[in-house]
Amino acid sequence: MTLDETRPGQVFRIVSISDDLARLQAIRFGITEGARAVCESVLPGGPVVVRKGMQEMALGRALARRIQVEPVEG
Amino acid sequence: MAQDCCGVAVAEVHGDDRKVVLVGNPNVGKSAVFHGLTGVYVEVSNFPGTTVDISSGRMGKSVIYDTPGVYGISAFNEEERVARDVLLQGDVVVNVVDACHLDRDLFLTVQLIDMGYPMVVALNMMDEARANGLAIDVRALSEELGVEVIPTVATRGQGIEELREAVGRARQGRRTPSIEPLLPSIPSPVDAVLVAEDDEDACRRHGVTPPGTREEVYRLRRERVNQIVARVVRETDEGASLATRLGRLTLHPVWGSLMLIAFLVAVYYILGVGIAQWVVGITEELWMGEYYIPWITELGSRVLAPESFLGQVLFGEFGLLTMTVSYIFGLLLPMVLGFYLMLSFMEDSGYLPRVAVLVDRWMNKVGLNGRAIIPTILGFGCVTMATMTTRLLGSQRERTIATFLLSLTIPCSAQMAVIATMLAPLGPAYFVAFGLILFLMYGLAGMLLNRLLPGESTPLLIDLPPMRLPHLGNVLRKTLLKTKMFITEAGPIFAAGSVLISVMAAWGILDGLQNALAPITVGWLGLPREAANAFIMGFVRRDFGAAGLYSLPLTSHQVMVALTTITLFVPCIASVMMILKERSTREGVLIWATDLVIAIFTGGIVHRILW
Repeated sequence: MTLDETRPGQVFRIVSISDDLARLQAIRFGITEGARAVCESVLPGGPVVVRKGMQEMALGRALARRIQVEPVEG
Repeated sequence: MAQDCCGVAVAEVHGDDRKVVLVGNPNVGKSAVFHGLTGVYVEVSNFPGTTVDISSGRMGKSVIYDTPGVYGISAFNEEERVARDVLLQGDVVVNVVDACHLDRDLFLTVQLIDMGYPMVVALNMMDEARANGLAIDVRALSEELGVEVIPTVATRGQGIEELREAVGRARQGRRTPSIEPLLPSIPSPVDAVLVAEDDEDACRRHGVTPPGTREEVYRLRRERVNQIVARVVRETDEGASLATRLGRLTLHPVWGSLMLIAFLVAVYYILGVGIAQWVVGITEELWMGEYYIPWITELGSRVLAPESFLGQVLFGEFGLLTMTVSYIFGLLLPMVLGFYLMLSFMEDSGYLPRVAVLVDRWMNKVGLNGRAIIPTILGFGCVTMATMTTRLLGSQRERTIATFLLSLTIPCSAQMAVIATMLAPLGPAYFVAFGLILFLMYGLAGMLLNRLLPGESTPLLIDLPPMRLPHLGNVLRKTLLKTKMFITEAGPIFAAGSVLISVMAAWGILDGLQNALAPITVGWLGLPREAANAFIMGFVRRDFGAAGLYSLPLTSHQVMVALTTITLFVPCIASVMMILKERSTREGVLIWATDLVIAIFTGGIVHRILW
């Protein structure tokens, strides 16, 4: 599934980020392929807010669609 | 203190001075550390990207440079390029990290260590880390990094003295062993890392093609950071604090939108009513209009004939010492102060990035992302100031769209005051219709540009700092610094604009334009012939244009047509000059001409619909 399909509270592992620039920027935030994070909020038609530890980030919908994730049991 | 090109305080540098560069992620209290170490006015936190200006100050024999908040030294945006370029000049680095976000912040720390800079780490916001149930093993962190780590709470001055002493003992840290094989054989360790990370400028300096190893280097560095964090950070308990819960509420689909609306209404009352009407009523109408202008005009007439060319340029209707002074200090200064105060408060409280998230979906439709809300909000204060702020957008494409939409559809505060006065007697239906027309034009023009312009806009990828109560001193310092920057940068532009218009008036160019415009005014827009005066004035300042309509006997429909046209009309002469400076001359002229055509075309359409 892709990141935009996650629901608040869902814990997931990032499988791949198919946007070169975003992938590089995300590594710096600690949001890397293989990292575990949790979906905090999904704005209708808008960005997805994810949290890893205390780090919160918002990703635009178009970007979220290019991020493959797999659900992890919480 | 000397002044650099951007009008920011820059300490004088002597040959043997050590250059200390302060580096850190946005919102880590970097500038509070800077302030603690040096004691000069500086920028305190920054929303990912509100300024690219550098402040500096002295600490003993060292000069300390502040840099924009960045997540890494790469060239992803203007701030990172600036931070990199300042760093290249530096001898020693003080790296400020947020104890609550080591996972994120240590990436930059390790990058700086890899570059071989002698450095000290200021582990800031230790109080917040404790409050959030994080225990950090400072000794282990220092051991892992190989440099001194000083715990600080910069806003309260804790640890600053220790940090100041530690700067003298700064040393190189332990580089990431796994990236060594990827480093090219370049004597400068800084450039070796930059080249391995495909930094275009560094590669050009060394005459090599980018090796394409950036992602690999990043990945290895991230692994190292994860190992360090796993060793030094322990979470004692995880109770969501009030700030965390509030932060979540601001992004709730329903509550978040309601909070945003409540916030905007509050902003309207503070800025639109409190400052734009009450304060400006005193500063511009009373102080400038009643006291200053009559006084300076009288004074000037003793030295120069008021009708002479020079007399007109200095003391005339658009004079340098009359209109320019009154405009900058009576009108712009209070407005810009008010807007920057609000912006600083939003940045430091952590609310600004959340607003960007809330509006992202809608901004996407016009080819922008949520961050573009900043210039849009500022545009309601002063379009010139907002145009300057488009620098923070991620791509040239977005900057073009934002600049165009600002110039076309956003009425600045001066203009809104006149519009409100003229619409008020017509009743609420006209207010709503006027707002809808502007909103529609913003959407239509934006969507069209999004279709027409080649390339793609950058998606929103934004860090959400925790919500916190802003530190009043920091907010005020930042507001003053930004206001000063704006006035020094835009002041000469306003002055040049008024000289230009005085010259045009003296040479009769204004009269000529008036006659040329008359057929359009009467024929197409259905307005009285004299309305052309208003449009001529609109070239100078849109609110002058609107004010020129005020004295004409107009029907309700004519008021609507005239206000629509004058709002969409070309922006004031200072904005135009700022657009020419920020964009290319060709693009600036194109934007200007398009505004003109769209304004007149739309005005005519509104006239025909209302008829």
